Amino acid sequence: MGVFRLFHRHQGATPYLLLTPGLLWLGLFFLAPLGFLIYQSLESGSIVAGFGFHFSWQWSNYWDALKGYTGEFERSFEYAGLATIIALVVSYPVAYWIAFRGGRWKNLLLLFIVAPFFVTYLIRTLAWQTILADHGVVVRILIDLHLVAHGGRVLATGTAVIAGITYNFLPFMALPVYVSLEQIDQTLVEAAEDLYANKWLAFLRVTFPLSLPGVVAGTLLTFIPAAGDFINATLLGSPTSHMIGNVINSKFNGTIDYPSAAAMSFILMAVILGLVLLYARAVGTEKLTG
Amino acid sequence: MTVEAAHPPPAVAAAEYDIRLIGLTKRFGDDVVAVDDISLDIDRGHFFALLGPSGCGKTTTLRMIGGFEEPTEGRIELGGVDVAPLPPYKRDVNTVFQSYALFPHLSIFENVAFGLRRRGVKGSQLRTRVIESLELVGLAGLEKRKPRQLSGGQQQRIALARALVNRPRVLLLDEPLGALDLKLRKEMQLELKRIQHEVGITFVHVTHDQEEAMTMADRIVIMNGGHIEQLGTPTELYESPRTAFVAGFLGVSNLLEGTAVAEDRVKLADGTEVRCPREVLGGRSGTVQIGVRPEKLRIGEGAGNTLSGTVTESAYIGVSTQYILDTPAGPVTVYMQNDRPGGQVATGERLTLSWSPESTFVVDTQEGTQ
Ligand SMILES: Nc1ncnc2c1ncn2[C@@H]1O[C@H](COP(=O)(O)OP(=O)(O)O)[C@@H](O)[C@H]1O
Ligand SMILES: [Mg+2]
Repeated sequence: MGVFRLFHRHQGATPYLLLTPGLLWLGLFFLAPLGFLIYQSLESGSIVAGFGFHFSWQWSNYWDALKGYTGEFERSFEYAGLATIIALVVSYPVAYWIAFRGGRWKNLLLLFIVAPFFVTYLIRTLAWQTILADHGVVVRILIDLHLVAHGGRVLATGTAVIAGITYNFLPFMALPVYVSLEQIDQTLVEAAEDLYANKWLAFLRVTFPLSLPGVVAGTLLTFIPAAGDFINATLLGSPTSHMIGNVINSKFNGTIDYPSAAAMSFILMAVILGLVLLYARAVGTEKLTG
Repeated sequence: MTVEAAHPPPAVAAAEYDIRLIGLTKRFGDDVVAVDDISLDIDRGHFFALLGPSGCGKTTTLRMIGGFEEPTEGRIELGGVDVAPLPPYKRDVNTVFQSYALFPHLSIFENVAFGLRRRGVKGSQLRTRVIESLELVGLAGLEKRKPRQLSGGQQQRIALARALVNRPRVLLLDEPLGALDLKLRKEMQLELKRIQHEVGITFVHVTHDQEEAMTMADRIVIMNGGHIEQLGTPTELYESPRTAFVAGFLGVSNLLEGTAVAEDRVKLADGTEVRCPREVLGGRSGTVQIGVRPEKLRIGEGAGNTLSGTVTESAYIGVSTQYILDTPAGPVTVYMQNDRPGGQVATGERLTLSWSPESTFVVDTQEGTQ
């Protein structure tokens, strides 16, 4: 009896107890560094002035970052956005086909989608250097098709960066879309056809809306990391196709300009957050939670 | 309600078939014959039941009529037109799915409006028809809800409204009450019958529940193993089953083996001769099975057929008591009304049973039935 009462009394605290490890983790490895990042972004000083940074409410770090690197910021969102759209357009039909026509090959086909992940990110991206190389097969075919000017190149252009990002993040799009499609009861599609919708209308009015949670999850999982990516721009692009990730990387690791790097990271984060909120608003939060 | 014009005049109804199946066959792969050479006419405005045990091909038959499954052989005509080349969305037929299949992302209004919108109905006409249809099933006022906010019984009604609002030539229902509890099921049986009467649309109702089929349908076809066992009104099927399967599937029946010795007499295994109507025996010779329903048996000697045996089991059911007798011709079940006190018979007692020749039916002996 006493034990039961004890248990009962503790039930109110149980959820919080279960949350504690997660909250500690979040506090220690996310909130604390985030606070430090804000602190750092408002410091001043430089290597030239003798290595010491000191906190001085240096808001100009933010304005300087925005003014000096507008192009890189814009490119980040442009490339990430385009790569997300292409990844969606490419992976939706694939996911659809696997979910509804895959039959007993479903798991094998899914494995094919994830297969590139068994190779490291860096190697995968380096492989695209070879694929898009100036005298490679791909470029030659594109020249023959007059899609690339004679003597033109694909490597070291924005196109190559977008192609790399699309390729690298495709599974993050394909898998959530597959999962949400796979859950759709096919009787619903039959019901739509029973109610005079042809195949295309049945897709448009039933299958697609019901797959939206997966589409939303996939676009977020692709867009957010893609916007901060610098590997693809480093290996497949040129300085004119650099993204903000490249700048942050060089400030942190190259010129040791921590305050600027911190300010840029913070701007990037804020803009992504803003875009995600707008997106959530547009599609309805219901779709985010399924 | 203006959902459909009243019944067509009987003369027209008799001449016009809404559905005609001709030699309909469906095979899955090489060895599964789900539907085996079915031919069937369904009259306009009838409440028609497709009855049979699980796996006998009812759903497959319905899906072929709806256009979701392509026949391996045979023809389907709707209102005299061969619908083989038509996809589901071009057939003047609507389906109430067993799982209801309501669109979870759409409101109840949009669920019901779905078919009308596809056909270009708009504005106030759309609204009026949707509301009318919801009123027909007694659920007006729930338009704004989502399907998951409704109970199973309400969802079932919405599925019905969503199909009926389109005023199809035929409504197909695949075990529509299967997921409801007993009380609700009984209610919906009467409700469905009322609605069918009101709209006058031909209903093809699939069920494995013989009581449900008997309660609701004007006409029943009993299926078994992909083929038709017998077609008729509930009374015909119950009073004169033609196969042992039908006799056993619709209620309890006593089947006794014997040999036809005259055109209206069968000799049972123990030598007892049983009389039956001439047309029931239908000129058969050799080994046959005669049948009689337990409630048609009287205790005691009487005019007509008689049979004696020892009571081996008795079960008190309340309004009646069920006895099982061991007779030389085989076990026989009999119901006795508990209409006066002290009428019970103990096990081990000998009883003589009698029944009228008119209550006797004859079925073909078949292997592997029952
Ligand atoms: N898509 C299918 N593939 C293979 N066999 C099937 C398929 N659909 C139904 N069947 C088989 O056909 C038979 C009839 O099924 P069904 O029409 O669903 O029966 P019922 O509705 O009377 O229970 C069953 O043996 C079932 O296993
Ligand atoms: Mg079925």
